[in-house]
Amino acid sequence: MDAGDPTQQETAHSTLEVAELHGESRHLQREAESMTAIVWRRFRRHPAAIISSGILLALFLGVILVSFSPYDPETSDLSVRLQPPSLQHPMGTDQLGRDMLTRVLYGGRVSILVAFMVVVITLVVGIPVGAASGYFGGAIDNILMRITDVALTLPTLLVLILLSAIMREVDLPIFKRNSVMTIALVIGLLSWMTAARLLRAEYLSIRELEFIEAAHAMGASNLRVITRHILPNAISPIIVQSTLMLGFAIMIESGLSFLGFGIQPPTPSWGNLLSNAQQHMTQHPWLAIFPGLMIFLTVISINYIGDALRDAIDPYKVF
Amino acid sequence: MINYVVRRLLQTIPILLLLSIFLFALVNIVPGGPLAGQGRSRRIRPEKAEILKRQFGLDQPMPVQYVIWLVGNDWMRVDADGDGIDDSYGDREGILRGDFGFSYQTRRPVMDEIRERLPNTVYLVGVTLLLTFIIAIPIGILSAVRQYSPFDITVTTLSFMGQSIPEFWLGLLLILVFYTWLDNPFTGEPLLPPGGMSTLGEDSSLWDSFKHLILPVTMGMVGWVAWYSRFLRSSMLDVIHRDYIRTARAKGLHERGVLYSHALKNATIPLITMFALDIPFIFAGTVYVELLFSWPGMGRLYYQAATGRDYPVLMAVLIIGAVLVFVFNLLADVGYAYLDPRVRYD
Repeated sequence: MDAGDPTQQETAHSTLEVAELHGESRHLQREAESMTAIVWRRFRRHPAAIISSGILLALFLGVILVSFSPYDPETSDLSVRLQPPSLQHPMGTDQLGRDMLTRVLYGGRVSILVAFMVVVITLVVGIPVGAASGYFGGAIDNILMRITDVALTLPTLLVLILLSAIMREVDLPIFKRNSVMTIALVIGLLSWMTAARLLRAEYLSIRELEFIEAAHAMGASNLRVITRHILPNAISPIIVQSTLMLGFAIMIESGLSFLGFGIQPPTPSWGNLLSNAQQHMTQHPWLAIFPGLMIFLTVISINYIGDALRDAIDPYKVF
Repeated sequence: MINYVVRRLLQTIPILLLLSIFLFALVNIVPGGPLAGQGRSRRIRPEKAEILKRQFGLDQPMPVQYVIWLVGNDWMRVDADGDGIDDSYGDREGILRGDFGFSYQTRRPVMDEIRERLPNTVYLVGVTLLLTFIIAIPIGILSAVRQYSPFDITVTTLSFMGQSIPEFWLGLLLILVFYTWLDNPFTGEPLLPPGGMSTLGEDSSLWDSFKHLILPVTMGMVGWVAWYSRFLRSSMLDVIHRDYIRTARAKGLHERGVLYSHALKNATIPLITMFALDIPFIFAGTVYVELLFSWPGMGRLYYQAATGRDYPVLMAVLIIGAVLVFVFNLLADVGYAYLDPRVRYD
């Protein structure tokens, strides 16, 4: 918002012009805004996304504060087994008398942790692959994109099942049998392709722009151009894609755990809570309802936020 | 066009080979090898295990095993009785000739297993897809034509929900509601069966198999209906604002003609491409449906193979899956050129 900065004035000027073109006089008085302010202003126009943010915030608080729960997620208490929802146990108890609310929130911790790690892995693999491919082109692009193509051809769910079935037998230092790290790695290694392709497309178009030529003329190295000049301008679609990836990862992780190939009990995750509920569902339906509801609420909130972000970040939309 | 198809097919061969090497290595990298799972069910004496290993050809180095898996071993001398002497020709024909070996679990040829299960899956997926399009296409058109109407807003909300609901949870809820909670008011039996393709011990009737289809098809359909109606809505919206639609209207063509013969035709082109690309994922998604509703199809076969570490079956399904992906990718591109005369491959 620094009025003395010539680039800021330039932006303000062109914003005014476009506003006039669109005949939207209410924008005439507006000062130059930062990118964050613009995105936030547009984001606020989506009531569903605002509500979704509230839900996710509550969920985050929940999975953090569950540490203070009077119940332990893995200790059984057979005197209170299979109790319906009550004030003491808002989501009831399971067949070993464990408090379901506590287990669902601990499960949420696991699911959210896996989801964030998946996103980190997709970025760690996807950004370099996409950037190198789009920036350098030629043989590098050809090789990297063929690899991406092959990775895209793998029937994701089937390969995930195979990989996690294999990883169940493997005991490595960090990647213990189907721990959070293992599952995140397995999912992440099969999900980085979209990010790489998106980023490649951005790099392809941005590297032709004048300011890149200017950067080269001033003696910037390739690495500097890739990381400092292009990356900040190419990151918007990746932000949207990563948000949606969070929802996808939660869905895939709970699916794998539901099938018994993901996070292994007694560590709770939303998927294996549901899988466990199957045997007791007829008599004790709450066991099946709450964990699934959590997955549903989380994923739909993430999707609404992703959708609103896509709208808000889109640079071709002027207002 | 033919040139293009041939070139694409030729490009596919090395990629599929690489993929198969990767998958083969992955499966064989497990500690203890493919036979490790066998020791669980019954104890195998070490000397017997040696014989088994030789009989399965697992004593060979991995590249040799891969070649045998690929092209068979009926052209080379192998140790069929496991006595350490290569004294007879092998009987494997290799996957290139359609021989995927024997299932470790049932000791039957993998191809027989697949031949038994595949029709059931194709049947389930076929019905699901048919219904998906019957429902999704009118919804997509209507919500695009009446953009921002109450109908459109309802549909958009519902499709967000449909895309966010975990398939396996939806299946559990369906069983809970239609099997556990709701009863047939006339017979007092559960309203709908919780699984299987038909009632055991009863003559198969059309009504019976229809009842068994309802829940699995609903479970498999919801997400795709949501996805395709949203997809068609946005591609319709994209088309409706084009110049040629305005021209059609300016010529005095009635609105139905504009919508169905001009707009819809162009809007379905991306839909068909998308559909071709989605088919492999639709098939993979049957793992959940078939497991939950005990449907004897490919998805359940794959699940059982993964649980029992039945590697020949796993490999077969994966390779077939990968070939499917390639075929449908190619079909999508060819179909695109066929439907949209502006697209040319030379």
